[in-house]
Amino acid sequence: MSNVIGVGASPKRKEDLRFVTGRGNYVADIKRPHMKFGIFVRSPHAHALIKSVDVSAALELPGVVAVYTGADMKADNVGGLPVGWGISGKDGNPMKEPPHPPIAHDKVRYVGDAVAFVVAESVEQAEAAAELVEVDYEVLPHVVGVVEALQPGAPQLYDEVPNNLCCDWDLGDKPAVDAAFEAATHVTSIELVNQRLVGNPMEPRAAIGEYDAANGQYTLWTTSQFPHVVRLLMGEMVLGIPQHKLRVVAPDVGGGFGVKQFHYAEEAVVTWAASKLGGAVKWVCQRSEGFISDAHGRDHVTQAELALDADGKFLAMRVQTYANMGGYLSTFGPNIPTNLYAPLLSGVYVIPSIYCGVKVVFTNTVPVDAYRGAGRPEATFVVERLVDTAALEMGIDKFEIRKRNMIPASAYPYQTPVIVEYDSGDPMACLERSMDLADVAGFEARRSASEAKGFYRGLGVSTYVEACGLAPSRLAGQLGARGGLYESANVRVHPSGAITVLIGTHNHGQGHETTFAQIVSERLGVPFENIDIVFGDTDKVQFGMGTYGSRSLVVGGSALNKASDKIILKGRKIAAHQFEAALEDIVFENGEFSVSGTDRKKTFSEIAGAAYVPFDFPLEELEPGLEEQAYYDPVNFTYPGGAHICEVEIDPDTGVVRLDRYTAVDDVGTVINPMIVEGQLQGGIVQGVGQALFEHGVYDEQSGQLMSGSFMDYCMPRADNLPNMVIQPHSTTCAHTPMGVKGCGECGTIGSPAAVINAVVDALKPLGVSHVDMPASPNRIWNIINHSSVRAAAE
Amino acid sequence: MKITFTLNDRPVTADVAPSTLVSDLLRDTLDLTGTHVGCDTSQCGACVIHLNGTSVKSCTLLAASLEGQEVRTVEGLAKGPNELHPMQVAFRENHGLQCGFCTPGMLMASIDLVSKNPDPTEEEVREWLEGNMCRCTGYQNIVKSVIAGAQAMRDAS
Repeated sequence: MSNVIGVGASPKRKEDLRFVTGRGNYVADIKRPHMKFGIFVRSPHAHALIKSVDVSAALELPGVVAVYTGADMKADNVGGLPVGWGISGKDGNPMKEPPHPPIAHDKVRYVGDAVAFVVAESVEQAEAAAELVEVDYEVLPHVVGVVEALQPGAPQLYDEVPNNLCCDWDLGDKPAVDAAFEAATHVTSIELVNQRLVGNPMEPRAAIGEYDAANGQYTLWTTSQFPHVVRLLMGEMVLGIPQHKLRVVAPDVGGGFGVKQFHYAEEAVVTWAASKLGGAVKWVCQRSEGFISDAHGRDHVTQAELALDADGKFLAMRVQTYANMGGYLSTFGPNIPTNLYAPLLSGVYVIPSIYCGVKVVFTNTVPVDAYRGAGRPEATFVVERLVDTAALEMGIDKFEIRKRNMIPASAYPYQTPVIVEYDSGDPMACLERSMDLADVAGFEARRSASEAKGFYRGLGVSTYVEACGLAPSRLAGQLGARGGLYESANVRVHPSGAITVLIGTHNHGQGHETTFAQIVSERLGVPFENIDIVFGDTDKVQFGMGTYGSRSLVVGGSALNKASDKIILKGRKIAAHQFEAALEDIVFENGEFSVSGTDRKKTFSEIAGAAYVPFDFPLEELEPGLEEQAYYDPVNFTYPGGAHICEVEIDPDTGVVRLDRYTAVDDVGTVINPMIVEGQLQGGIVQGVGQALFEHGVYDEQSGQLMSGSFMDYCMPRADNLPNMVIQPHSTTCAHTPMGVKGCGECGTIGSPAAVINAVVDALKPLGVSHVDMPASPNRIWNIINHSSVRAAAE
Repeated sequence: MKITFTLNDRPVTADVAPSTLVSDLLRDTLDLTGTHVGCDTSQCGACVIHLNGTSVKSCTLLAASLEGQEVRTVEGLAKGPNELHPMQVAFRENHGLQCGFCTPGMLMASIDLVSKNPDPTEEEVREWLEGNMCRCTGYQNIVKSVIAGAQAMRDAS
């Protein structure tokens, strides 16, 4: 069949034509009849009691339609924002889960906490009125640091949460780990900070709520990675809207990275306000508002130890992490530094025993939740900094210590001591391939050349493994998930043989419209251009859990594969009927149904047409139509992994770290579209480089204000501070997904921070430096260099 | 106040407030939503348009200043539905976009670069695009696209 574009091809993306011509359809682009505009009034205080909110002056301004407060929503029995994943502490008690009202009514707990919502005929009128909302605050002492929040006497965010401790969680066999440490020849100890990040997808969040009183129908357009989950959480738990009366649409979404995979207060507020006003209400987030209202990522403080024997073999790992949750629990907040973190601490290494404790803590900061990688970059950073430090301390080459402890390919499937079982992988091959591509052998010559210019040069390596393709529902349920984690796909074959796929994942840059069409084109032998992928609308798509955790191809693609199997089976039944042959004699190959051993055959489109003209179908055995739906629930996580190597050059006069070379070899399983996979890796690596070198969500301890609250202060990676990267897959096939895929969306972000920081530390090794916290900003590096006793002595 | 200017080769008259920004005029009044707004500090470049052939950030420009000027937006790049600008083709062919949000600004900035510097080096492209943020691509394929687009624009001229 012509124009079949299948697995392994890189066609031009279907979605690109609308984007390059300016015809994307993002939420901020949407207009509804008689639409009103909303602006949130947000707390300027990190921690304060709300004594009163006076909206009278605001209401008098022209164009103002309504001003809503938290008290109004409470009086209307609006529920709190739910948490989708609960955890329990080491004492067996569930985490503390205080209420999270969409608009605060008694107390604000971070700068940016919403206190009122002003609706007017225009944005300008709403902005002017928002200035006139008078909130009487009684300011309370605040705490922004995760370690400080646990100290005796620290300000308390909730009466019912003593010491701000949401949960004291752990994983692993502590006595076994402690015994291994007792017996160790060498113990490496490090303390590190995995700093707070702001995800900043380029499209700011936005939401439009609309209510049609004539039929009781609600619609929410929102910048979401998972519209069905928003429908479930907001409809059932916050606003009490029956599922069949609520439509959630996430149209084109301009990047997500986790930031848009939560149910946010603003979604509930615009929908609720629309129902009060009987029309449409639109809110578009300003960037500076997004900095203080989008969920943040990371923010860990960690103490970690590695026990080794005299040969540098790993014996045990012991980790204690303090994870900042911010002022409230976001949708998946408590799950990220626990279930998505500690189970990855084995990395690609044989470590006989691991123990990890995590204190999950409230502070007066923006809530923290998943950001690209979500727990796994934090785990990788701990492991790879520990390994590098141990190598340095024991005088073992950084590659050698890794090879000595690596899980051999022959040992897969490999059961780690921290729950997860890796199904497949070949980390040694990834490492060796990356060493070749990075020309590690030529590094010393490049170091000498840099030194001759007066610069420091360092080489860093990081290996990693991640758990993605969330998730097996059974395992997720055991770990506290409050919903299943399958995916659904519907393959609708039209009478012409053209196909519409309805799928529950959401495409916001990942190229699903292209990759998923390739899967169907290959499976069904249908021309690529005759297949369209529909997503992001709960009125069109049956159900779905959305896109996050590198799950779309792994779980959604597998559902699509399964639905394609069903289409083939149904097509064979129709063909069997038409040929008057037995079902088992009908073969489907290359887009044709044929009777085995004969030349009798029909094309896919002929069978599709026949499905809709059932003049002589035996209706009791064979229904008309050709449309199949499948739900796929994986049996395990998938475990992509790889090795990243980077080289940096540091100018001692400015402290600027220049990323000079970057090489990545990643095992993502079967690659459907190599162009898209490489693009995902490139983007992911740069987000990790952003964490390593540039980005930091900084809170001022004194004022509780977010100091890096705009693109003027929060340093995003830009085109001129990055090199071209060398990226190659070295894939093993996933043992349990139908197509062997593992997922690739987060690999880059997981592997890169440790590679970059290991390179920075390597560069500064001559100065006696053994650790550098992220970001390795010019200021931080300049200070390290200029306060180095080694350098002072040399001068 | 009433202003008249040329927008994507056609005359346009609009009634604007003295405080109206060009980005808002284009998006809200004229329904050209291809010009995006990604920040409020004139940093991200998603709103870049051409004013008299030169790239500018439309979020930092007052609509009142457009009187008698020539404006081009991303919607005005293609000559027809099947005749894309060579830079649009280059971004498609080189996977120079993922979510598409920064793309209009990237295209407008890149075309202006090539009009000033028909054969830019990789370093020159990276430096020129310093004022256009992308969170998806890591820039590598954007740079590749611009160099390919520049080649195609040279070939076409």
